[in-house]
Amino acid sequence: MVNLVEIRDLKVEATTDSGRRVEIINGVSFDIAKGEIVALIGESGSGKTTIALTLMGHARPGCRISGGSVSVAGKDMVTLSEKQRARVRGTEVTYVPQSAAAAFNPATTIMDQVIEVTRIHGIMSSDEARARAVELFRALSLPEPETIGSRYPHQVSGGQLQRLSAAMALIGDPKLVIFDEPTTALDVTTQIEVLRAFKSVMKNGGIAGVYVSHDLAVVAQIADRIVVLKGGETKEIGTTEEILNGAKHPYTRELLAAFEPKPRGAAGAAESGPAPLLEIENLIAGYGQAQADGLPLVRAVEHVSLKVEKGRNLGIIGESGCGKSTLARAIAGILPAAIGKIVFDGKELGRSARERSRDELREMQIVFQYADTALNPAKSVEDILARPLTFYHGMNAKARSARIDELLDMVRLPRNLRHRRPGELSGGQKQRVNFARALAADPKLILCDEITSALDTVVAAAVIDLLKELQRELGLSYIFISHDLSVVEAICDEIVVMYGGRKVEEISPEKIKTPEHPYSQLLFSSVPRLDPTWLDGLEQDPELVRAYRRR
Amino acid sequence: MTMTNSETKADRISGTRLGYRFNIIGMVGLSVILFWALIAIFAPLIIPYPVGEIVDLDYFGPMSRDFWLGSDYLGRDMLSRILMGARYTVGISLAAVTIACFSGVMLGMFAAVAGGWLDTVLSRFLDALNSIPSKLFGLVVVAAVGSSIPVLILTLSVIYIPGAYRFARALAVNINAMDFITVARIRGESTLYLIRSEILPNIVGPVLADLGIRFVFIVLLLSGLSFLGLGVQPPYADWGALVRENIGGLPFGAPAVMAPSFAIASLTISVNLLIDNLPKKIRDRSE
Repeated sequence: MVNLVEIRDLKVEATTDSGRRVEIINGVSFDIAKGEIVALIGESGSGKTTIALTLMGHARPGCRISGGSVSVAGKDMVTLSEKQRARVRGTEVTYVPQSAAAAFNPATTIMDQVIEVTRIHGIMSSDEARARAVELFRALSLPEPETIGSRYPHQVSGGQLQRLSAAMALIGDPKLVIFDEPTTALDVTTQIEVLRAFKSVMKNGGIAGVYVSHDLAVVAQIADRIVVLKGGETKEIGTTEEILNGAKHPYTRELLAAFEPKPRGAAGAAESGPAPLLEIENLIAGYGQAQADGLPLVRAVEHVSLKVEKGRNLGIIGESGCGKSTLARAIAGILPAAIGKIVFDGKELGRSARERSRDELREMQIVFQYADTALNPAKSVEDILARPLTFYHGMNAKARSARIDELLDMVRLPRNLRHRRPGELSGGQKQRVNFARALAADPKLILCDEITSALDTVVAAAVIDLLKELQRELGLSYIFISHDLSVVEAICDEIVVMYGGRKVEEISPEKIKTPEHPYSQLLFSSVPRLDPTWLDGLEQDPELVRAYRRR
Repeated sequence: MTMTNSETKADRISGTRLGYRFNIIGMVGLSVILFWALIAIFAPLIIPYPVGEIVDLDYFGPMSRDFWLGSDYLGRDMLSRILMGARYTVGISLAAVTIACFSGVMLGMFAAVAGGWLDTVLSRFLDALNSIPSKLFGLVVVAAVGSSIPVLILTLSVIYIPGAYRFARALAVNINAMDFITVARIRGESTLYLIRSEILPNIVGPVLADLGIRFVFIVLLLSGLSFLGLGVQPPYADWGALVRENIGGLPFGAPAVMAPSFAIASLTISVNLLIDNLPKKIRDRSE
């Protein structure tokens, strides 16, 4: 049987600004049969997206395909001219990007963008294309398939937009669709719908796919075969069953191990101090003009109360829009709460950061989700870490330098990294620097706002282990905000589930298998498992799903 | 994909040893600017004839051994006048652009960081200033207080502050929304620190490019003012004034009208070439 795609000994190299050449992809070979979905899995920087893009003959700026062949339906994409490639793109090979929100043009209607491919290639008349698009919308189980096309991209939700971008990819009747982490940015409950839609459309149409992801559990639901990549080389290729049940390569095992729930070891008995470290009572925070009753127009957090004991961790879990990040911002004083009491270490804090003393600010640090934007790209790691040392502790140059070395050791980064800028670090390294900056202040409490969600599973697991270790050594407390249940489970002593700005349930990790509140049940059951039959076997109460899925 | 080869070749030639990459186009720009700066400084020592003196019997004389760039509409030596003109064009424009960009960028960053009513008041005020046509504004000021070099410098910088302000504010507002600014704020940092250490390093590239463009505008506006007779006063003349004086020589193809035009072009183009090709620090040191 002739394979649809045959990649042989593919090499891609990049040229750095000093003229040095770096091999990003080093001799990768694999095949894709007709109608087969192959997943490329690996950490960021492993070259999975680069390989996927070569299937369209594309290399990102500064990179070039330096060797090997990529044959798609008998054509070698490497040797085709740019004009010939353009003819193949959109008709034979199509692409679904990671962030559909960034991939749509906000100024034209969805329908116009979905059928644009047919117009460019002159495949069918505009009316036929519209009809076909509506069919696809229906197949992708989008709501109101007849009229959704006349909306603009901002008028539909993230999960719907991701399915619409799949419709855009499918309208040209491709033989191969490239999915580049299409569900990474979505909530777990939304992810289920999107995955289901993708799976049924691909199977019914007999279309081959390449699914790029770092999430093994997601991949297990949709892929027939898995290619494990690391450092631009294939580590292991096998069917989904083989990889999940009999992984041979140590790196694959590491990936699988990162999924094993690692319950937090018996937490050191909570210091039976008289007062908790942080106590929040009846907090309301939100955005927009204050109304007559002194409350903000849009209330993102409503009547939330919680308590963090010294040396213990609190997890806050919920989907995007549930108010968990706003809660963290209100606690840190970035967004002053409208009503509520924040008592930290026995003292009541001002609602806004401006009203707090320097020491109060120092003792509570916040670490943000995106290390990319949380670190000043124009400064070196050394400068970033030095500032809190000067600012809070007034250290001189020598003491600072010694402390920076200590901090880098603490977060397991090599000391010679201090001269680099954030742009020259990997995602995991950046997040460690981000965390080291919080440690530099010698805090008592660190608010971690989704700090692992931008990281790959293996890296995230390493960061979590690091946090646990530092807690043992330094006696810190964390408030850990996440949408990822397994992460929270791994580190927290107490878990708060939030929905629509309210605290719906507070449970301990032991009882996590049997949540009481229906929303918690829905949320917990939506987390993908490392079981290829999980998605097909999953049954959720449709009433429950409708009630809690606002998107 | 193929362009990478030619690029690396060009890089090799220039100082990669120092850890900086400075390409040839940038060097050419820099040398032209340095050339004009030196001329501006040493002009009185090297001019062959006094600026105001009529030395040629013919007007709009051609290039000759005595008069390298010919003579102007009164028979004065063109070379001497251009060399002296460099002082005014380079000096006034440089001073004005420095004042304009420094104040505009500082105010812009301040407005972005402070926000609120301060931002609104400052923005509306500078918008109002911006709405006055620049030539008209220059005309009124010069008519009111007379033309002198400090007045010219100040007028030109006031005209270009709103533009620099808008530009810097737009850039700074984007940076201000980043998490690292929030981190610095809740650390308790002052506005001055935010401006200087967190925002400025991130916008300095575009700000410099803007400075280059604004320099060109100022040279052209100064030339325009001089063209109207409001700029540098006779017998001295900046390059713009030289073009105006000698515009009558255009039908004869006199060098007196070409030479100052080329001088203006060479300076403004090189400033932009330099700014687009500033030395870049090479970050990839793993070799």
